Amino acid sequence: MAVLRVLVIDDEPGIRSGVSRILNNFHVTYPFMDEDYTFEVIEAATGEDGIEILERDMPDILLLDNKLPGIQGVDVLEYIRKRNYDIVVAMITSYASLDVAIRATRDGAIDFIPKPFTPQELKSSIENITKQQYLKRITHKLKQEGKKIRYQFLSVLSHELKAPLNALEGYLRMMQGKQAGELIDDYATPIERSLQRIQGMRNLIMDLLDFTKIRLEKKEEKIQEVNLAEVASSSIVTVQPYAIQMDVNINLDVRSDVVIMADPDDMEIVFNNLISNAVKYNKIGGKAEITIDSSETEAILIISDTGIGITKDDTENLFAEFVRIKNEKTRNISGSGLGLSIVKKVVELYHGTIKVDSTPDVGTVFTIRLPKKPLTST
Amino acid sequence: MNKSDFTILVADDDPDYLFQTVFNLEKAGYKTMAVESQAEAESVIARFKPSLAIFDLMMESDDSGFILCYKMKRKYPDVPVILATAVSHETGLTFSIDSEQDKAWIRADKYLEKGIRPEQLDQEVMKLLKL
Repeated sequence: MAVLRVLVIDDEPGIRSGVSRILNNFHVTYPFMDEDYTFEVIEAATGEDGIEILERDMPDILLLDNKLPGIQGVDVLEYIRKRNYDIVVAMITSYASLDVAIRATRDGAIDFIPKPFTPQELKSSIENITKQQYLKRITHKLKQEGKKIRYQFLSVLSHELKAPLNALEGYLRMMQGKQAGELIDDYATPIERSLQRIQGMRNLIMDLLDFTKIRLEKKEEKIQEVNLAEVASSSIVTVQPYAIQMDVNINLDVRSDVVIMADPDDMEIVFNNLISNAVKYNKIGGKAEITIDSSETEAILIISDTGIGITKDDTENLFAEFVRIKNEKTRNISGSGLGLSIVKKVVELYHGTIKVDSTPDVGTVFTIRLPKKPLTST
Repeated sequence: MNKSDFTILVADDDPDYLFQTVFNLEKAGYKTMAVESQAEAESVIARFKPSLAIFDLMMESDDSGFILCYKMKRKYPDVPVILATAVSHETGLTFSIDSEQDKAWIRADKYLEKGIRPEQLDQEVMKLLKL
């Protein structure tokens, strides 16, 4: 049983006690909710009092009258919007002038409850609001905890795997029914797109294999001296054909010939992913710069590019599984959404750190620090 | 009314699904408008009233489709909306709008699993447009 706190701001005592009476015995249930929701009503007679309660009790739902003795309902709404509170607001109002309705909607009110209302009207509004709030929270939670929840991982994975299959199936059916014409040339786009989706799926499968590999415990015999400059060079060779296509110039700057104890496969995963990203998300004619340096205790790898960059908001989730930054600039770039989460896992396995600095349209710099000393834990 | 008198707005961030849906709808005789994001769909809705809309659930955000349904129904209560997704089975978040209870909060007229056959899509659309 979960309790949602409902704040009702209305100067009419009758409305407030009515809401309390109706909601105190009300519960909302829904097939996919884990638990029922019940309600605890908090009352405020003025907008000023209401704001105080908002600050103190952080209610989940606000029922807001617009015509109040002091500040108006829409002012309270604006206050909430500016502070970005996670609260759902419904206006209770006897007459909603168009002006107020537009302003309230713009400032985030999601429902209007006409005054006077019957218990049933109030209940059905609250039911809708609860479901929306629940859904909002669960999608948010799944996003936040995505990394921890295996179930979520599998579900997104199956979505990522199913989407290209659906696309392929659709195109094949189109051809089977000869829907775009009799000639094979009529199907140039579907064929090209199918091949691209297959390539995307292949990349995803390769990434998944990497992903399971690094999850396995490290076997001592695989740990050996690895010269990072050598691994970087071989990754550059792998990425080169793509770089030529994109006219991106890759430069390797070895300031220190660092040797660390590691599984060479792991280091290859790190370099392959970061260097191919530095090319993939670059501009035509851009540069990718790989610097290998060291401090007394750490190997330092810096991979920078002159590409499309990432906004500050997007960098927060960048290392989560299946996160792909979706915008105009990335629309035509394919990726599994696993690469950076794999890199991060590897780096953490070696007790290292990875950070990203980026400026949209200027470029991105990834900095990795790995301890030089051998792995102590397996 | 002919099918060609109806314009269907389709929003999906999977370019292939979008291409195929639009292709199939046009093949069936409808006019279409294709957009690849919630934001684009919103700007279309702001200046144009489609005859019917098909929204993908997950686009920029996980609930883009719900939000679009909601906004659509607020602006044009009489325009039928289809919510299409491939995701329900995987997440365990299964929705359907067969019960009155669900209809109250999912503002869509029809909920479809992706991957339905073109003829079936046409039939659902015809039903909603009362053809």
